Amino acid sequence: MKIVVNGEQHQAEEPLTVTLLLQKLNLRSEQVAVEINLKILERGDFPTWNLHDGDKVEILSFMGGGSPA
Amino acid sequence: MNQDPLIIAGRTFRSRLWVGTGKYQNFEETRNAIEASGADVVTVAVRRVNITDNKSENLLDYLDPKKYTILPNTAGCYTVEDAVRYSRLARAAGVSDLVKLEVIGDERTLFPDTAGLIEAAKILIAEGFVVLPYTNDDPIVAKKLVDIGCPAVMPLAAPIGSGLGIRNPYNLKIILETVNVPVIVDAGVGTASDAALAMEYGADAVLMNTAIAGARDPLMMATAMRFAVDAGRLAFKAGRIPRKLYATASSPIEGML
Repeated sequence: MKIVVNGEQHQAEEPLTVTLLLQKLNLRSEQVAVEINLKILERGDFPTWNLHDGDKVEILSFMGGGSPA
Repeated sequence: MNQDPLIIAGRTFRSRLWVGTGKYQNFEETRNAIEASGADVVTVAVRRVNITDNKSENLLDYLDPKKYTILPNTAGCYTVEDAVRYSRLARAAGVSDLVKLEVIGDERTLFPDTAGLIEAAKILIAEGFVVLPYTNDDPIVAKKLVDIGCPAVMPLAAPIGSGLGIRNPYNLKIILETVNVPVIVDAGVGTASDAALAMEYGADAVLMNTAIAGARDPLMMATAMRFAVDAGRLAFKAGRIPRKLYATASSPIEGML
């Protein structure tokens, strides 16, 4: 299946849960927020949430920032 | 200053200096500057993670969550929709309902869009967020933000990153008299005296980033800001003498030859 992760096309094997995707990307689930097709997932849903062909996935985290926009 | 904690929405903060985490050379400098500042609240932005560089470190690896309250902001959001979306993402990425809400009105000034700010704050408060709004030095807007449920207001001293200091001390004083919640002066501070002045006026805390991160020696400036905020707070509590046009002798006249 084809999914878009943070704006980039990815080819992935099904089934693929959010937890597995984060593992593949070397990301720690407790440090990120995941939005799929504009819906924000609860962290507790990561292990059971299966990604589907065409999904648009956004993975965000806290970055340096304060007052600057 | 531990016997003088800052309390917002039931949360107790040790430090009245809050700092941002942007514009530093690297995470190590970020951590060291924050440590030198004595701040226990640090603001962060919410952004896409770098998925191409697997070895890239995360800021959170450098900030002990037991030591610091992580305050996500919505910097870079120009619409109510974006600010609400980023706030929700921040809550999902973190562990708390705290958000420093910014709805920016204009790229050149980065002044807040206060109409959008109030609208976004209403939505987020209804969803259970603890909204700390970055607002203009406008007492009427500050009052409205408190009326809709913001447990503190964060008026700017001057445009973000400008280093101009408090451009409208009279409005700040009116805000301090108008609202009955903590007032955190946010943005525009340039050097230690600006921070001290904000605290002398009676501000409850000061939040800054560029003034420290952009200094030639960020660690030394972080220390200076810590002292300035403490000194300003103590001077405010001690109560300054009134200004008088003419001299009042400090030494007694009695006993003179």
